Amino acid sequence: MKKVAIIDYGAGNIKSLQFALERLDVASVVSNNTSEIINATHVIFPGVGAAGKAMEQLRSSGLDIVIPKLKQPVLGICLGMQLMCRFSEENDTNGLGIFEESVVRFPALVKIPHMGWNQLTNMRSPLFSGIEEGAYIYMVHSYYVPQQLDTIATTTYGAPYSAALNKDNFYGVQFHPEKSGEVGATLLQNFLAL
Amino acid sequence: MLTKRIIPCLDIKDGKTVKGVKFQELRAAGDPVELAARYAATGADELVFLDISATEEKRKTLASLVERVAAAINIPFTVGGGVSSVEDAYQLLKHGADKVAINSAAVRRPELINELASAFGNQCVVVAIDARLLNDRWTVHLVGGKQPTSNELLTWAKEAEQRGAGELLFTSMDHDGTKNGFANEALATLSETVNVPIIASGGAGTVSHFEKVFIEGKADAALAASVFHFNEIDIQTLKTRLHTKGIPMRR
Repeated sequence: MKKVAIIDYGAGNIKSLQFALERLDVASVVSNNTSEIINATHVIFPGVGAAGKAMEQLRSSGLDIVIPKLKQPVLGICLGMQLMCRFSEENDTNGLGIFEESVVRFPALVKIPHMGWNQLTNMRSPLFSGIEEGAYIYMVHSYYVPQQLDTIATTTYGAPYSAALNKDNFYGVQFHPEKSGEVGATLLQNFLAL
Repeated sequence: MLTKRIIPCLDIKDGKTVKGVKFQELRAAGDPVELAARYAATGADELVFLDISATEEKRKTLASLVERVAAAINIPFTVGGGVSSVEDAYQLLKHGADKVAINSAAVRRPELINELASAFGNQCVVVAIDARLLNDRWTVHLVGGKQPTSNELLTWAKEAEQRGAGELLFTSMDHDGTKNGFANEALATLSETVNVPIIASGGAGTVSHFEKVFIEGKADAALAASVFHFNEIDIQTLKTRLHTKGIPMRR
């Protein structure tokens, strides 16, 4: 029986994620309770907003200690993924350090934020099982993670960058699966099958 | 490749979808939840949901409608109408909106843009601008287009960007509801003046209008209401046609 915990730290549009899971017939709890999170089979770490404030909220609830120690599959979404990195240029924020990467701002050569539907390429993870090269996903962000060792998919906006990261049980996606139509639903299903 | 977006707009009044001509003569256009679901299923890239009566009637709550729409769709949606504080925006986001659109309240108190951007991030903040050409000057209007201001389109757009708007939704009141095409010249200038995405609104009538707004108007997204609500243009067909014209589209 899947028990999904969505980490609640006062940031992010959690409702649409809950609805997306409901459409997959999966029950979820929105929680900032340590034991509830630790006991879930899958943990989703969402995020919308600014890195600085979000990290402050994680620290004040002790979640910054809990998250990196989780053993079950964890999926960071958008800012959630960025906070799992070592450092973000956004508000010069130290992140959770799960991924070695740093988060940097898009150059002004492109419109910022990167907003809309873009494509997934070079996917290499069971997370993308059944998703075709070039599939469209919804992106909305001003900062990004360059391609690195942990990169498991790329998207091009000006230049290619990390659309998704993976290290051990930790996964991160820069796009919003809960807003990415059928492709997003497939990705969430793949995550829940991990 | 980042695609251009096609965005149906649901103008809401008293919980129903309506559509006017030049911001007046409203007529009913169907159940908003049903329309939203249909659009999401037929290839809309995003939805915009504007409570056009909210500002003037000081009505703020759309929450239950927002929640029903969020449950029915798997694409992003923006909600606007009567948002004048961080708390108003929070209520909409909490019920499933992905972005909030602000209009009159931002003109009256531009700091609202900064406050929302710092609370929820720039990507959550859509500044909607209604303007019309008065004596060769694109003049920003308030309260659903009823009240002219001293603001000029480009100056206001730049200020909105600097204060943290993540996207601008520009409606030409001169083109709105006419089905004679978008305000491409003004749109192109706007798109070159700021570095945030521009949603073009007002004037969609034919497939070729959409083609022009992306090529001549340099818009990142095009918004329309009645051509979609009344089935004059099918979204899937529109996107296929635009794709064959070389415009990047999610298909």
